[in-house]
Amino acid sequence: MENSYILETHNLRKSFGGLVAVADVSLRVKPRTLHSIIGPNGAGKTTFFNLLSGNLQPTSGRVIFKGLDITGIPAYRTAHLGIGRSFQITNVFPNLTVEENVRLAAQSLGHDNFKFWSHYLHYSHYQERAREILEQVGLADQARLPASLLPHGGKRKLELGILLAADPELMLLDEPTAGMAREEIPRLMEVIQQIRQQGDKTIMLVEHKMDLVMNVSDWITVMHQGRVLAEGAPAEIAANEVVQAAYLGDLYGDLSEGMA
Amino acid sequence: MQVSLSRRWQKIFSGRGAQGWVYLAVFALLALFPLIAGLTIGNPQAASEGAGFFEGLLQRAESGYAKFWQGMLIQMLILSIFAMSYDILLGYTGILSFGHAMFFGTGGYAIAILIGQHFNWPFFQALGAVVVIAVLQSLIFGILSLRVKGVYLTMVTLAFAEMFFILAEAGDFRQYTGADDGLHGFPVPAYLSATEHRTRFYYLALILFVLVFLAARRLINSPTGRVMIATRDNENRAMMIGFNTFWYKLIAFVAAGVFAALAGALSALFNVSVTPATLTTFRTIDALAMTIIGGVGTLIGPILGAGIIQLLGYWLERWFGANWTLIYGIIFMLIVVFLPYGIVGTLRRRSFGWKAGWARWKQLLTGKAAPG
Repeated sequence: MENSYILETHNLRKSFGGLVAVADVSLRVKPRTLHSIIGPNGAGKTTFFNLLSGNLQPTSGRVIFKGLDITGIPAYRTAHLGIGRSFQITNVFPNLTVEENVRLAAQSLGHDNFKFWSHYLHYSHYQERAREILEQVGLADQARLPASLLPHGGKRKLELGILLAADPELMLLDEPTAGMAREEIPRLMEVIQQIRQQGDKTIMLVEHKMDLVMNVSDWITVMHQGRVLAEGAPAEIAANEVVQAAYLGDLYGDLSEGMA
Repeated sequence: MQVSLSRRWQKIFSGRGAQGWVYLAVFALLALFPLIAGLTIGNPQAASEGAGFFEGLLQRAESGYAKFWQGMLIQMLILSIFAMSYDILLGYTGILSFGHAMFFGTGGYAIAILIGQHFNWPFFQALGAVVVIAVLQSLIFGILSLRVKGVYLTMVTLAFAEMFFILAEAGDFRQYTGADDGLHGFPVPAYLSATEHRTRFYYLALILFVLVFLAARRLINSPTGRVMIATRDNENRAMMIGFNTFWYKLIAFVAAGVFAALAGALSALFNVSVTPATLTTFRTIDALAMTIIGGVGTLIGPILGAGIIQLLGYWLERWFGANWTLIYGIIFMLIVVFLPYGIVGTLRRRSFGWKAGWARWKQLLTGKAAPG
């Protein structure tokens, strides 16, 4: 039974001085599902992601990925283990072209990183991979543009593209639609749905757009002040009165309406 | 055949259309320079009687202004190698080092000491040792200083370079380093004497320059180099997609260290002297200034910068005497204000603007932010 979860955390805790950002979160993620984490600002969602991806060291607790204890492993190694991470605040290589952004991500997991004597275009499979990905996320036309010149929505797509290029088993998406124009969101969600339908990836999603979360998630964890407030399928969460009262109702209005 | 050969050359030099031909033309000009100089500014009397045209030309190249300007170019080539090596760190990996002179000076001292009276090593063995020493030195100090980032790294590299400067100046090792005086008149092989065979030395410098240029460009365009550039752009993200950036920065450090050491050794051979001054921060600042004037993050930029600084130094000193550095400082400020990305960088971005430059200038002088 132990291995039926791709990711487990045991009493994962992170405190910054006196502030406890993540307080003893124990969570289990089933493989090939879309598991959303919701919660108000400051609930500790991003910090939790940072603990999973190795950007931050936990104060205590453990992270188990595919049966392997990866607690405190640095970010550049979690990437090789199959954990990909996108960022809430756009975090790309601004002066490199869109294609190069994605190509680098593809290159990173190959075995050619230290071949300093040959030209990088010699390894054309990374480029082909990059083009495929750009096609998939809808940035093929902007491939030659420096990433800094992309509009915000484009950068969000690029963020997703960088993540996909490494073909991770577990994708941590930190508010992929943050700051995106409303009309651009469906296109991005389409990409996420596509990834789901391929059926080989596990996605963890932090998102504020509640209608979106309710529609795509298999499982939802609600965090509040660093703790897990509730867990369940979307319908359960929507119906959960504690969640309703403590948080959802205030911020997002009546959920049952969105579900209808 | 002709076409495919030149295509091949073009590919070696650039791989990018018309630019390759420009590189090739500049290289041809540099390669022919001793002959052109011999023909135009060499002393006609220097050609021995009965010498053929070509032979006479070479003899004329060893005389008068032809010899002098070859010397200028040799120094430019040496400084170019040094500045290019610096830009591998600053422009391509985003590491601001204030200790780059450490490699330049150590390279110079290493060759001088090894071919000198205490060791008497054959020249090429000593040159090989310079490379080995540079690799070890850059590995050790790279591993130590790359543990910190940003301004802390700058300070740590500064401290390491000062350490070597103090070592070179220390009286304790006077018999090896010559302490304050440095080393002079060590036995450079006669066939490499820059006073006797200026043209030969010129070609040596040119060959080394081209090799370093090609090697640096290959490094930058390699998978490894692309990661260096990614590290410069956004180190955090580079780690996040699976690169342990430490190794890439270390490779940049070693490459830059070896190239700088070669420049230092060549400089020592050319001047037949090496002094503690080659280890000072001023030397590093030279490289920094050349890189900034020419364009950070390009290889052509530092080369142009090195040439411009060498020429400016020569002319300004002739025109303004001892106070030439004042004028030089003003020119440097003007370049930074009007060409914020350096000459090559500004050209590439096509971002030159008198108005923007003028606004920045006013802001600099008045301390007030320009409106808008």
